[in-house]
Amino acid sequence: MATKLPATDVVVIGLGWTGSIVAESMTAAGLNVVAIERGPWRDTATDFPPSYSPDELRYAVRLDLFVRTAQTTLTFRNNPRQTALPVREWGAFLLPNGVGGAGVHWNAETWRFLPSDFVLKTQLTQRYGAKFLPPDMTIQDYGVTYDELEPYYDKFEYLCGTSGTAGNLRGQKQPFGNPFEGPRSRPYPTPAQKQPYGPVLWAEAAKEMGYSPFPQPSGNLSQGYTNPLGVTLGPCTFCGFCERFGCGNYSKASPQITILPVLMRRANFEARTECEVTKINLDNTGKRATGVTYTDSQGREWEQPAEIVFLCAFQMFNVQLLLLSGIGQPYDVNTGEGVIGRNFSYQVTSSAQAFFDNKIFNTFIASGSIGMCIDEFNGDNFDHAPYGFVGGGYIGMVQTNARPIETTPVPPGTPKWGAAWKKAVRDNYLSTILPATHGSCYSYRDCYLDLDPTYKDRFGRPLMRLTFDFHENELKMSQFLTDRLAEIVQKMGPRQIVKLPRTGHCSIVPYQTTHTCGGAIMGIDPKTSALNRYLQSWDVHNLFVTGATNFPQNAGYNPTDTVAALTYWMLDAVHKQYLKNPGPLVHA
Amino acid sequence: MQSVTSPRLREEVGSRAPRGFRVRGKRDPAAAPSARTRPSPRPSPRKRGEGVLSRYPAVERCAIRTLLLAGALLLFGNVGALARDPDKQSFQVIEHGRYMAIAGDCTACHTAKGGQPFAGGGALETPFGTLLAPNITPDLPTGIGSWTDDQFVNAVQNGVGRRSDHLYPAMPYPYYTRMTREDIIAIRAYLDTVEPVQNKVIANQLPFPFNQREAMVGWNLLYFKPGVFKSDPGKSAEWNRGAYLVEGAEHCGLCHTPKNAMGGDENDRAMQGSVLQNWYAPNLTGDRRVGIGDWTTQDIVLYLKTGRNRYDIASGPMAEAVTNSTSHLTDADLRAMAIYLKDQSAGGGGMPQPVSMQDPTMQRGQAIYYDRCAACHTVGGEGIVGLFPRLSGAPLVQQSQATSLIRVVLEGSRAVATNGAPTGPAMPSFAWQLSDPDVAAVVTYIRNSWGNAAPPVAASDVANMRKALLEQP
Ligand SMILES: Cc1cc2nc3c(=O)[nH]c(=O)nc-3n(C[C@H](O)[C@H](O)[C@H](O)COP(=O)(O)OP(=O)(O)OC[C@H]3O[C@@H](n4cnc5c(N)ncnc54)[C@H](O)[C@@H]3O)c2cc1C
Ligand code: SF4
Repeated sequence: MATKLPATDVVVIGLGWTGSIVAESMTAAGLNVVAIERGPWRDTATDFPPSYSPDELRYAVRLDLFVRTAQTTLTFRNNPRQTALPVREWGAFLLPNGVGGAGVHWNAETWRFLPSDFVLKTQLTQRYGAKFLPPDMTIQDYGVTYDELEPYYDKFEYLCGTSGTAGNLRGQKQPFGNPFEGPRSRPYPTPAQKQPYGPVLWAEAAKEMGYSPFPQPSGNLSQGYTNPLGVTLGPCTFCGFCERFGCGNYSKASPQITILPVLMRRANFEARTECEVTKINLDNTGKRATGVTYTDSQGREWEQPAEIVFLCAFQMFNVQLLLLSGIGQPYDVNTGEGVIGRNFSYQVTSSAQAFFDNKIFNTFIASGSIGMCIDEFNGDNFDHAPYGFVGGGYIGMVQTNARPIETTPVPPGTPKWGAAWKKAVRDNYLSTILPATHGSCYSYRDCYLDLDPTYKDRFGRPLMRLTFDFHENELKMSQFLTDRLAEIVQKMGPRQIVKLPRTGHCSIVPYQTTHTCGGAIMGIDPKTSALNRYLQSWDVHNLFVTGATNFPQNAGYNPTDTVAALTYWMLDAVHKQYLKNPGPLVHA
Repeated sequence: MQSVTSPRLREEVGSRAPRGFRVRGKRDPAAAPSARTRPSPRPSPRKRGEGVLSRYPAVERCAIRTLLLAGALLLFGNVGALARDPDKQSFQVIEHGRYMAIAGDCTACHTAKGGQPFAGGGALETPFGTLLAPNITPDLPTGIGSWTDDQFVNAVQNGVGRRSDHLYPAMPYPYYTRMTREDIIAIRAYLDTVEPVQNKVIANQLPFPFNQREAMVGWNLLYFKPGVFKSDPGKSAEWNRGAYLVEGAEHCGLCHTPKNAMGGDENDRAMQGSVLQNWYAPNLTGDRRVGIGDWTTQDIVLYLKTGRNRYDIASGPMAEAVTNSTSHLTDADLRAMAIYLKDQSAGGGGMPQPVSMQDPTMQRGQAIYYDRCAACHTVGGEGIVGLFPRLSGAPLVQQSQATSLIRVVLEGSRAVATNGAPTGPAMPSFAWQLSDPDVAAVVTYIRNSWGNAAPPVAASDVANMRKALLEQP
């Protein structure tokens, strides 16, 4: 039996990126906020001191910062005809645990989506006709436009101090920036990072081919910066121990580095760590949340009543909590009805490895987001009619790391071990690059999340079941993007290029990205979306859900700038409308 | 939904609070007296102008008051001082007392780590042994609830306890003596409003002969100049206010003025820097190399208010002073302090020759610096404003003794976080990675690079610090 605690105004489930943003905003408004986080407390000073944080074995191989599969996991299958099996060792994506969430160990590639990405269905059907789209594709418009979101993108980027070169300022194209991006109201808060040798050469080659290369927008800062909350960030030192690691240099925008120092000083804020929310409780009408139930590290159960619940537990766990709490109609793949679990999407990445004889790239001079990119083949920036697929992605030479355990580049045909392998690693380590493509993943009727009928977690609750595969449209896109990438790399004069497009079925084993999306999407129709355009549950008006969970489908970019922009957009509606007049913000 | 739009008082869950591990937003240690701790109104409170004199016009009221006062003085002799004392029930007086208690940083010693406010028990390591700060809550048996105001003032100004016993100058009465009776009574008024806590503290933990309080009589004769601060008519009001705070309540010299063998201030070397509790409190004179000669008034104000400025970030005991005291002072008071501090003539600097870059220790130090330090403090030692302190040209780095530097390299350090500068950046500990000669080399290197010059550090200094840090409580 759960013991009932005194009520609070706001409960935040998960103190990661969006949970921190929500808690800061709600405490600033004077409300009492309790954040409940299943993982441990983490702090830059005590958890990521630069004297030991670059420990590849601990963090990148043994995945110290991520949730343990013994704690929670999911089952996976490629299609509804298969039996899903539990993931016992993380692979394709790495799920968060602990204060800061995935914001601790992300790369901080900080992209805005294209204006057309928000009205995707309308855009593609208007341009190519409805028949051009695969019949089982279930893409939708977001219900919010780029122009509406712009101020909130801006807000997140100024919180982070994002380093970049604007390509479009209030409609005016800017040199050296991304000419395809939507208009920005002002420049990036800090200039783009300095680029290492490989990205510089790659950008020269791209330029020669008539493309417009630009520096990737980065949350690894180019210089010192103090954000609007008064927290100071330092310049990135290109340590190359970034994604999968916490930053001890105060250089990677994370909740720890941008928000928590301020939030933790507020007397109306409280974080309860190592406490896992197991249920969102509803009143007897089922239309109002009364708070949450959680289990602490001693296994004791508590009920925390609250007036508003923000579900900020990362895409996967948001969907799980909705399903376990009986909120919203679960998606049924047979009928195509129901919304919780619907429209799961992912990211389709690929690469082209290039071996050189005469160049030393020193690829260990790296940061999570440093590199040069082109955007000619993203979203609907190009005419898809000749190619028979929709979607696209950015292409770039992004130099995230050359950590010694994971980075052993050898050309095809090299023995897999022994003296010859060692020699090949030695010969190629400094002279090999791995530019990549970062492609969209649209949603389909048979890609979804539901509760597994067989496997249970340590609390005896059903695990999430993920049913997902790449569809022909995405595989064609990946081949196309990889070919364009290889053409640019060819210009750099390598000895050998190995193209690695995404092919075949989706495997849960090799790491791809932790950009899982959908499952409780936003929209304008409660029949096809779980949340209204303000991320408010259609069914339970005092429940708001943040995260890539909101995306009807994924664009050819990393998600977090958009995740955060949507969160700020939601918060604005909560402050301006909901607090004054609690109830549904949109009437269906 | 009223409760959401207008925040209500948090219901305390208390220590029974059930959870795995709780991290709570800090409460402001200097928060205004809460409703609960404010004094309840006296049985027959008199509002302004309502009293027995209110029938008379203002001027006459004044005259009558003076007469009454004179009469009282005649009647009660020196107790008559009471008549002039501020009204301890007035909110303004209590609030002023709270402010002065913050300026005096009473909590630094009188609130033990994790203990209740002002309930005493904070340990003070002195070269002569340990002293525990007494309980100064209004608790009758164990606090100062039964003290008269005169006894309180006497303790603060003259270091004489209620039973005419002598206090140790760890209680900075040689500085507090400069505070006015009015301010001290206000502090008393504030302390009367804090929660009384029963906590018996045996203050004197010193070994013989230092536990002989009578010895303090002799000490006082030598080193204690009693007397309230007298303003210097040749200086501005701001300067005088600054002097009053720096030399009085804030007792800056307690740490920053070198001490003689008996623990007395070496007044001819005032503010030239001093070692205490394995830290070095740096030179605050106008010297440009080791003092604050290059800092502007605004730099000083920012440092005291936020704990950081373009040169430096406070850590160690100064971080505590900023957290508990200076960051809560008004801008006007901070400016006054800065103006006074800026007016100190240079001293204690000297012109040491830098250790040559040809010296093998310097070369070893440079190699370590590039590997371990340059990523944050930058190759040129400029640091990053607000995050990683500047080393080149930094006074702190060039003090005559490298105590704080050695300590910080070994132990790491967390800079202060304030509302004005909430980041609170940290430096990691290198004790497990660098040997004694390594630390000596890298500290020697930063003390003698980029135009810096200061005496080199010996491996034995590092070894001693390692030992001291292991032994500290
Ligand atoms: C290795 C890696 C690299 C990445 N790189 C990028 C990048 O370069 N660019 C980009 O845009 N995005 C990147 N991402 C994704 C990015 O980190 C996420 O989009 C972002 O953190 C999502 O924010 P969120 O608030 O939704 O979730 P999170 O920040 O993950 O926070 C969710 C929190 O909820 C907690 N939680 C979950 N369930 C419960 C429960 N039941 N009870 C209590 N607490 C719970 C979790 O422990 C976690 O702390 C990367 C992710 C990873 C893992
Ligand atoms: S690469 Fe830069 S941002 Fe990333 S962890 Fe290292 S210093 Fe921090």
